[in-house]
Amino acid sequence: MSEYLILLVSTALVNNVVLVKFLGLCPFMGVSKKLDSSFGMGLATTFVITLASGACWALEHYLLAPLGLNYLRILTFILVIAAAVQFIEMVVRKVTPELYRTLGIYLPLITTNCAVLGIPLLNVQQANNFAMSVMVGFGASVGFTLVLTMFAGLRERLSLAKVPQTFEGAPVSFVLASLLALAFMGFSGMKLG
Amino acid sequence: MGLRELLNGVRWGVHPHDDHKRPAADVPLRVMPLPERLCVPLLQHVGAPALPVVAVGERVLRGQLIAAAQGSVSAPVHAPSSGVISAIGEVTAPHPSGLPFAAITIALDGKDEAGDALAPHADPFSLSPAEVSQRIADAGIVGLGGATFPSAPKAQLGLKLAVHTLIINGGECEPYLSSDDSLMRVRADEVIDGVRILMHATGATKALVGIEDNKPEATAAMRRAAEGFAAIEIRPVPARYPMGSDRQLVQVLTGKEVPSGARTASIGVLVNNVSTCAAIHRAVRAGEPLYRRIVTVNGGAVAQPGNVLAPIGVLIEDLLAFVGLKEAPARLVMGGPMMGIALPHAQVPTVKGCGGILALTANEITDVAPSACIRCGSCVKACPMGLLPLELSAHIQAGEYDKAEAKGLDDCLACGCCAYVCPSHVPLVQSFYHAKGEVWKRAQQKKRTEFTKGLAQARTARLEREARERAEAAARRKAERAAQQAAAAASANTAGGASA
Amino acid sequence: MIAPIASVMFLGLVLGLILGYAAKVFHVEGDALVEELIELMPGTNCGQCSFPGCSGAANAIARGEASVDCCPGGGRALAEAIAAKMGVSLGAGGKADSGPKLAQVAEHLCIGCARCFKVCPTDAVIGAAKQIHGVLHGACTGCGSCEKECPTGAIGLEPVPLTLRDWNWTKPALAG
Repeated sequence: MSEYLILLVSTALVNNVVLVKFLGLCPFMGVSKKLDSSFGMGLATTFVITLASGACWALEHYLLAPLGLNYLRILTFILVIAAAVQFIEMVVRKVTPELYRTLGIYLPLITTNCAVLGIPLLNVQQANNFAMSVMVGFGASVGFTLVLTMFAGLRERLSLAKVPQTFEGAPVSFVLASLLALAFMGFSGMKLG
Repeated sequence: MGLRELLNGVRWGVHPHDDHKRPAADVPLRVMPLPERLCVPLLQHVGAPALPVVAVGERVLRGQLIAAAQGSVSAPVHAPSSGVISAIGEVTAPHPSGLPFAAITIALDGKDEAGDALAPHADPFSLSPAEVSQRIADAGIVGLGGATFPSAPKAQLGLKLAVHTLIINGGECEPYLSSDDSLMRVRADEVIDGVRILMHATGATKALVGIEDNKPEATAAMRRAAEGFAAIEIRPVPARYPMGSDRQLVQVLTGKEVPSGARTASIGVLVNNVSTCAAIHRAVRAGEPLYRRIVTVNGGAVAQPGNVLAPIGVLIEDLLAFVGLKEAPARLVMGGPMMGIALPHAQVPTVKGCGGILALTANEITDVAPSACIRCGSCVKACPMGLLPLELSAHIQAGEYDKAEAKGLDDCLACGCCAYVCPSHVPLVQSFYHAKGEVWKRAQQKKRTEFTKGLAQARTARLEREARERAEAAARRKAERAAQQAAAAASANTAGGASA
Repeated sequence: MIAPIASVMFLGLVLGLILGYAAKVFHVEGDALVEELIELMPGTNCGQCSFPGCSGAANAIARGEASVDCCPGGGRALAEAIAAKMGVSLGAGGKADSGPKLAQVAEHLCIGCARCFKVCPTDAVIGAAKQIHGVLHGACTGCGSCEKECPTGAIGLEPVPLTLRDWNWTKPALAG
């Protein structure tokens, strides 16, 4: 049990998908202007990553590996992810039209979010079992959501601050992101496991 | 946190080193001689403006009703002296915009003839609370502390919500002002009697009179007057701005905090000013409507500062001429320096809620350009409502009024403590005034849109109904014509058949 | 050769079935956004925005063809509400708010032709044939439909004079 807990902490914080591995930077910069929408984005991505990790594990172990079709891995994984994204898009559209509107193009773009493909591939590489794969997927997406909401909150505060003209807009956001990444570096000093 | 705050337990607000109340407060009360004319405004209270009941050219007597209350929250206006109505029109309002508002101008004849007073009553305690309230309403009494809410509906609200305690506000925390102080020194008996009448009208069983501890003379006079009335307690409170704000005074006197967005009556207390109580005494016992009040005239530019009993509606220039000016004032303010209104010029009448006129010199006003907020948090410490003025201001600057509202903009008293302590001279209070106005404007616009939407829908429905009715009528006519034709044809047939 | 083709086809089929079923379950009737926008609109169909009625404007806004502040009748309050629904930020200035304007009848020009009150979407113009017309300011939206109908130019939009009630403090400029 403690093994899974450590896995969760390590994927969410120590090896944070955004700030340590630098995956999924596109929505990190794109949908972090407002706290509400970034939290919604985080939840949608959490759903997709967790589902994709589980489904891709099953795909790898019951279809690709027995048939020796390892070269089809990326193609089939993307297929599964795309289907999951389509599904979540329908759900979001039905449940909260406002969030659907706000997320705009970033919602279908979850498909091409490298974190979403990266985590199932990482699971295969590390030969995780099913439960561990799902845990890694969930932990990584919790980390993603955490960082996205934190960043959105900070950017909301930043919009009130006086920023030198040269740094207005994206530049100061990058400065902020780098400071946040520096803070997350501190976790690797914890030496867990 | 200074020693003073630790000692008195009050952790909000500000305390100016020199409150400038003296020597004006110690000068004996003067009665202003009648000016040549008075401009008595129709809207001197919260609610609907009064409706004039006199015509131009008509002669009015002192105490005569010249404008009647309209609606439940309103107050009538009475003539302060005898004279002839010379105009009913617009004069400059005591308002920073300098916009006009409606007023009745009376050219005084100097005879000061008294008209039919309201019926005086020697024993108001034999009247029912509703009758007492009616007398208060007829006399046009409004909250004289500055809020100018009509006193009669307030008393009725207190009766309805079964308040148990009256808080009598003798705080007068604004620097420079001493009109309540002077009133309590000279007319303590009237105040105490007014408190008793108001207790009768509201059904309260206890009254706490809060007086700031920088007014020992007033406290002593009030204590003497309250002897023998166990239900009335005189309580000195620490001198700290804004102690005269109802929420702060209630908290200090009762230890209870008024919830955000609620009235004080929701925790069983009702706050009234000492001047209002004295006016209630005069209205009920002597039948004198509210047509004059004590006004503090103070400031560096005034030759003889002090308290003046002046008719309501006197022009500021006449009032300043009476006390004399040492130099041309750099700024004229109605009310105190913290929450008062900067006046556009001196041709502005006083109103019922005006407790002071300040003629300030250039040395007394600061006009420093704002610098950037350094996030020192002084404003947070000073805010008596526990708000974050720097955050509110930042949201307002960014145009995020909804977020400012979410952070308690509505609770802001606009007391000015935050701007007073701000080392960067950020115009915080102006931001809050602006944002409150903006929020109000949007709410109005939304209401208007909803109203016109209803009208548009009603019109569409009406047009549809009319079209349908027209179609039905046409169909009916057609059917009738067809029936007639058929009948005609049938009769022709029968006729033809008969002939055949 | 068969195995990869078959497995990808199988995968596609399964996922396709799941998605097809989900599309039925989560089917959205019409555009919820347009409905919500129509709900916000004044509903007077005055046509000042140059779209056919309020629902036309709502459709155009939802498709992104019209700006969120295209409705003059709703003013800035409406523009902000729509911007919030659309998830876009309204420019600080937006359209210059020239202040509200309401219809007013110049009595010396009105001939009582009764054309204006037939087109008023909110029945704000009152009167009868051969009688001087009047405008109920509380009901007027300032849409200007009447202005176009008047043969003598007697009815027109006039800026509403500023009163004590409507006056507001300006937003103070802070140090930059």
